[in-house]
This record gives sequence, structure tokens and C-alpha cells, in this order.
Amino acid sequence: MWRDAMLVAGKDLRIEARSRVATNQVAPFAIVILVLFGFALDPDRGVLGRASAGLFWVAVLLSSLLAVQRSFAVEAGDGAADGLRLSGLDPAGVFLGKAAAVAAQLALLQVVLAIGIVVLYDADLGGPVLLVATCAAATVGLAAAGTVYGVLAAGLKVRETLLPLLLLPVVAPVLLSATRAWEAGMGISVDDGWRWAQLLAVFAVVYVTLGVLAFGALLEES
Amino acid sequence: MSEPVGRNTAGTGGPGTTLLGAAAWLSLATTVVLGWRLPPTREQGPYARLIAIHPPLAWAAYLAFGVCAVASALWLWKRTRAPRWDRLAASSAEIGVVFCALTLVTGSIWGRPTWGVWWTWDARLTSTALLLALFLGYLALRRVAYDPEARARRSAVAALIAVADVPIVHFSVDWWRTLHQGRSLAQISPQSDLDGSYVSVMLLGFCAMTLVYAWLVVHRCRVEAMEEALESEGLDIALEERRAEADVVRAGV
Repeated sequence: MWRDAMLVAGKDLRIEARSRVATNQVAPFAIVILVLFGFALDPDRGVLGRASAGLFWVAVLLSSLLAVQRSFAVEAGDGAADGLRLSGLDPAGVFLGKAAAVAAQLALLQVVLAIGIVVLYDADLGGPVLLVATCAAATVGLAAAGTVYGVLAAGLKVRETLLPLLLLPVVAPVLLSATRAWEAGMGISVDDGWRWAQLLAVFAVVYVTLGVLAFGALLEES
Repeated sequence: MSEPVGRNTAGTGGPGTTLLGAAAWLSLATTVVLGWRLPPTREQGPYARLIAIHPPLAWAAYLAFGVCAVASALWLWKRTRAPRWDRLAASSAEIGVVFCALTLVTGSIWGRPTWGVWWTWDARLTSTALLLALFLGYLALRRVAYDPEARARRSAVAALIAVADVPIVHFSVDWWRTLHQGRSLAQISPQSDLDGSYVSVMLLGFCAMTLVYAWLVVHRCRVEAMEEALESEGLDIALEERRAEADVVRAGV
């Protein structure tokens, strides 16, 4: 299963490295979101700075939709999905591989966005241990839930519009928890940030488990 | 097109459902009448009477979503897999969404005079709204035209992964609001100045909504079964028509 996961993750990341969709489209899109928030909220830096944790995670969430759609768009053409089904790879491995590739892209994206909020919003990223732990747990959760819903919507004519409706309510707790944890890590609030990071870890474990269990059934007929 | 034939074409009712429907409407009407006659409370005035229907609506919504999850699990489990579980999950989710939306609407009507706002970011309100969004997504997934078996599988998995989210939503929203909000809903809830008449009307409301739910879900399941039968019969009829056309052509030759 782990070997299969590595194969699939390697394949997806190689496609992304060569097509440069993630670097040329998804990352600039995330930066555009950050700039739009600047227009929507008062450019007075106080407001943006206080809201920076939430805005960061909203940008991550919206960009993760693109990453997930992209992850299944590459399987849609040239009978790639059939190839994947016939490859004899363990479905759980395929799930873990695809989720890992999405997670790797999201992690890179978060680095870009973190630099973005520091530069554009004058955010202060103190408490790096909590911030990085939050990112790790939230990224695994987002990638796992996104991959489950990605395959659920794969092959449907309306997948582009259906995926956000399915995925965003499910990952709403991730936005909530990651934002609270980041606010605590950045010193904006006095919450216990680790408690939120733990909730994110629970979310990640639940959705990785569900994905491993359910992916085979969904992959077969998608 | 000729009339579809089958044992269910007369309608979705039967003696059992007539009795169930009568019980549901009678108990609901009694709840409304008794609820209307409740004395206004000191804090909330006449709006406190909403207790007769608002908590029962919420209960029915949770019941419906719970039934949807159980039915989805029964469909996924190979030993109990049967089309009726898929139909039950679909029907129950639809009715659950209606009850859930009504819960939010009645809550809002209650909240306006009590809290002064239509909406507040209270833990329970927020998680109920998210629950509604989760199941709206589920229904949207069901609406996509697809092979029935594949649709049943996708929907069953979607229902279960949506339900797995409910406790996480609950905890996150609960912590969020209890950490930031000094006064919780419990302190200004109407229970504090309620007498026995309120409680008994509310309990009657719970029974009434449960019966209404059961009545609706039976009918909705039967409609679903009829739709499926009609679809497969429509296919048979179309096949026969094409064959008849072929015969005509052959006879002409």
C-alpha cells in the first residue's frame, strides 16, 4: 500500500512539476485572493493584520478546491482513470498517494501565502511551532477530505460546481480550528492553540481513515 | 404514452398510512391549538409559544439525518444491501433538510424579539446551519443523473462522511463560541421560567413531529419506488415501440 502510494504521489507531483499548473495558476490565484481581501477590507493595516489568520485560511481553502479539482482532472483525460483502475494498485494506496500529492502542493502554497500575509498584511508570525503543527494537521485533513470528495464528484458532468458545495461545509471546522490556532500562535488571541491543533489532528485521522476505507468502492465506478 | 401498470400505481397511500397520517395531523393540530393557548412568559411574551414547534422540528431533523445515515450504512453493508435502503436514505435526507430549514426559520423568528437579531453566531445555530449545508450537498449529489447503483454507492458514502463531520463541527463550534461568548444561550433560554404546561405541549410536539416525519418518509419512499418502476417500464415500452417499428418496416419490405 505504501509503495503504491509513493508511486501515485510521485506521478501526480511529476505531472504538476512538468505542467506547472500549481506554480503558474494556483499559487498566483492564492496571491490574488490575498490582494482582493486587501481591497475588500480597509487597507488600514490594523484590520488586515487582525484578520490575517482567517484570511490566510480562507485563501488556503479556496486554493485547495483548485488543487483537488486538478488532481482529478489529470485522471479524466486519455483514459487515465481506467489505467489507474486496471493498474492493480491498492485503492488505499492510490488514495494516500493522491492525498499526499495534494498535501505537498498545499504545503508549498501555505509557504507562499505565509510570506504573502507577512508582506501584504504586516502579519507577525510569532510562535512558529504551533503555526507549523497547525499547518501540518490542517493540510493532511484538507487533502484527505478533498481527495475523498474529489473522487466522489469525479466523472460527473457537474463536478466543478458540485465539489465546492460538497467539500466546503465539511472542511468548515478546519477553517475554524486552524484560524483559532493561528490566532493563538500569532498572539492575536489568548486561546489555547494546541487544543485546536488537536481537533485538526482528529479531523485528519477521521478523513484519512474514511478515505482508505471508501476509496476502493468509489474508484471502481467513477 | 400508455399508463404504467403495477401494484403501486393507485397512489402512495394505504390503510396503514391513512391511520398514520390521521394521527400525525391530529397530534400536530392539537399541538398548534394548545401551543397557541399557552400563556405568554414574562421575558419573551407570546414568542415563547414557539417552544411547541421549534425544538420538535429540530428533533425531527436530527432523527431524519440519523435515519439517512443508518440506511446508508445498511446499503453499504453487503449482507443488508437492498434498493429500499437507498430509497429510505434519500427520502429521509430530503425531509430532514425541510425540517432543518424550518428549525432555522422558526429559530430566527424566535431570536428576533428575544435576542434582537435574526441570526447570532451561537454554537447550536452555527452547527445546525452547517448540517443543513452538508445535506444540501448530499441532495445535490443525488440529483446528478447517473446509474442507480453507482448513485446509491456514492450517496451512501457521502452521507456517512458527512455524518462523520457532525461531531467535529459540534466540538469546533462549541469551543469557538464558549471561548468567546460570555453569556451562553442556556442562560437566556426559555426553560428557566417555564411551567409544566409548556413542557407537556413541547412533549406533544415531539410526538407530533415524529409522526409527521414517519408519515412523510413512508410516502416519499413509495414515490421513489414508483419513479424507479416508471423509469424501467418506460424503457420497456420504448423498446417494444422500436421493435414494433422494425416489424412494420420489415412487413413493408
